Amino acid sequence: MKSDTIINKQHKNGHPHPEVDELLSSNTKENKVVLAGNPNVGKSLFFNHLSGMYVDVSNFPGTTISITKGSFKDYDIYDTPGVYGISSFNDEETVARDVILSGDIILNVVNALHLERDLFLTLQLIEMGKKVTVLMNFSDEVKKRNIRIDVKRLSELLGVEVIETSAVNKLGFDKLEWAIENAHEGNHSEELHHLLHKTLDRVGSQAEALIILEGDEIVAKKHGVPCGNADQREQIYISRRNRVNEIVSDVEFEDTKKGEFFNTLGRLSLHPLTGLPILAFVLLLVYFFIGDLVSQRIVKYTENTLGKGEFEYHVKSFVGKYTPVDITVHILDDNDNVTDTKSYSFTGGMNADPKKAQEFKRISAPHGTTTEFTFKNPFVRLFFGEFGIITMTITYLLFLLLPLVMGFYFVMAILEDSGYLPRLATMLDRSLNKLGLNGRAVIPLLLGFGCVTMATITTRLLGTEREKTIVTAILQFVIPCSAQLAVITVLMSSAGLIPTVIYIVTIVVVLLGLSTSLNRFLPGESSPLLIDLPAMRMPKLENIIKKMFYRSYGFMKEASFWFFVGALAVGLMELTGLLNVWQNLLAPVTTEWLKLPKEAANAFVMGMVRRDFGAAGLFHLSLSPMQITVALTTITLFVPCIASFVIMLKERGWKQGLIIWSGTWVFAFAIGGIIAQIFA
Amino acid sequence: MDKLTLDKARKGSYVTIISLPAGVVKVQLIRLGVTEGTKVYCMERLPGGTVVLQRNRQEIAIGYDLAKKIEITLS
Ligand SMILES: Nc1nc2c(ncn2[C@@H]2O[C@H](COP(=O)(O)OP(=O)(O)OP(=O)(O)O)[C@@H](O)[C@H]2O)c(=O)[nH]1
Ligand SMILES: [Mg+2]
Repeated sequence: MKSDTIINKQHKNGHPHPEVDELLSSNTKENKVVLAGNPNVGKSLFFNHLSGMYVDVSNFPGTTISITKGSFKDYDIYDTPGVYGISSFNDEETVARDVILSGDIILNVVNALHLERDLFLTLQLIEMGKKVTVLMNFSDEVKKRNIRIDVKRLSELLGVEVIETSAVNKLGFDKLEWAIENAHEGNHSEELHHLLHKTLDRVGSQAEALIILEGDEIVAKKHGVPCGNADQREQIYISRRNRVNEIVSDVEFEDTKKGEFFNTLGRLSLHPLTGLPILAFVLLLVYFFIGDLVSQRIVKYTENTLGKGEFEYHVKSFVGKYTPVDITVHILDDNDNVTDTKSYSFTGGMNADPKKAQEFKRISAPHGTTTEFTFKNPFVRLFFGEFGIITMTITYLLFLLLPLVMGFYFVMAILEDSGYLPRLATMLDRSLNKLGLNGRAVIPLLLGFGCVTMATITTRLLGTEREKTIVTAILQFVIPCSAQLAVITVLMSSAGLIPTVIYIVTIVVVLLGLSTSLNRFLPGESSPLLIDLPAMRMPKLENIIKKMFYRSYGFMKEASFWFFVGALAVGLMELTGLLNVWQNLLAPVTTEWLKLPKEAANAFVMGMVRRDFGAAGLFHLSLSPMQITVALTTITLFVPCIASFVIMLKERGWKQGLIIWSGTWVFAFAIGGIIAQIFA
Repeated sequence: MDKLTLDKARKGSYVTIISLPAGVVKVQLIRLGVTEGTKVYCMERLPGGTVVLQRNRQEIAIGYDLAKKIEITLS
């Protein structure tokens, strides 16, 4: 490297830029620390560590898509979306650009395995005149692969401090405060300074001047100066790229490469020949875990034994002390068949007849019994009855939904953290092209099976508005979220194989039809795939558990409120007779067209609040397998939950959002009805 | 030397990039370390033409429509 092209901020033929110095020094308290770096390098991990807060950490580029602010000692810390450079080619970049521009200190996280890629941004940050410290992360993997990096030399060449870190053994985490305090400006090239000179005098900030020269129209407009043209940008880029390559060849030494199991697995999952079997294997594991272990065995225990047997039994017995109630106790044998039934009637509540109450307690207490309470007072029923707001809602939320949702988030976390998703995206790229998408769309679509709301936000990582619209529509129409999927799995397993096949085929056909026609009729062109594949690695248990816990907690916090609202609405509608009016109103559709009992209309009230509640509303109706298929198809295609509806309006605008929302009404009833008419 | 487009690259071969399509994609590729003149390894070529390139340890997947617009020579 020619060292004479590198100089420090005090350049030799020093022409002063008074405005710049003034701007920089006017900010006396420098406490805005920004974590910046390429996607998937561990920024969020450092953010969580420093701020004590939680944001998602996953092994695919584009996990973080918005800014989170936290604090560490006297500093404000900002987590940003990963970017490969500062500019505004897409939403994430725009968001990141603004925080980085306004940051006092930049902690630049780089992946030591990919210095050639990552130092490109590092150089840009330094050329922007920012105070930077480089956190060279993944040093554990560097060691594992017999790579040596000369950190001291790297620090000299860049002109800023470089600290080796690793999230695995918490290496360097104790130096983070030092890293912030010792951030300073790095080396600039003389050549660049001459290029910047003119713009700098007009703009007053080296950072903004550089970005303008690189063609950022928004920042250029803000200052009313012409923005750089494509040639200038390319000139800057190529020379930066060359410098990065020189630096890397100067500091990095590689001893012979080691073939690793995960490398091989990563390679195999790309080609359909080996990738499809791997995908099938992954799905099979997921099925055994969720479809069998969690939704059959675990939920059976939590729902029946803990929920109904313990929680509801005790609450209802307690309420029954004070209010008139009829009680039936079924005594079961080992195979859950009823062998004996005893009935008790307490016209003045159990407290009025202690002897009978004693007897009831004795009979119903041992396991192997189920107890039904029928309260006489309608208000008591509203809260504590079979569908009571307190009893049923809590059983449903805590003992049915929670274990299922945790199961789903557990699986999603493993997939996200292994590095498998970007490879799946690559394998499916060509097929998704036919739907007007590229492989990247796999990520929001799969995340949709966790939570449609979250996935709708993730559509930001797609290249064009067109792709975002298509994926949002698919998410809102056909992808069932974990909660809904949970209820569907339970109901479907009671309906049998053929209805399940009909259901799946219908949903897939709708998905294909919807996206191919959107692809046909939406103007414009979709972007081709360009994605960097992170290394495959063993997911970290700590990270997975943490993520599962935080997501489930967030989910329950939001879901519980709306579920109570929905249950209260249905309960009150029942009490006031409004439910009957609604049922009769929808009756032609429900009974004639969908061939369902007219009470199924309740599911559509609940379903508007949250989709899974809609499906849950079907639990209590005794439906034939075919009716289950129809009902589930309709509910799946029906309107998304309130939360995802609101997010969709935010992301896609009112017009598109409302079109998609009302579209789901039409589609749901039309397709559900067709199935009913064909198979009934 | 034959000029080809990237979608025709054979799996397991080294290729040199001759030209990239202008615009935003070019910028993104430069950032990832792929410039005109760089030599890269074609690690995988999927049916349909999606290509996975490797440069040092960096793996980059490129869709067919983009690969078609990237000129290469075999090397
Ligand atoms: N082996 C190893 N893995 C790490 C290290 N640091 C982070 N990871 C893993 O790298 C992945 C990415 O971490 P994140 O914190 O989500 O990265 P990010 O920079 O916030 O990514 P985006 O939000 O997508 O830009 C996760 O799977 C981490 O567990 C490290 O030092 N060593
Ligand atoms: Mg992040």
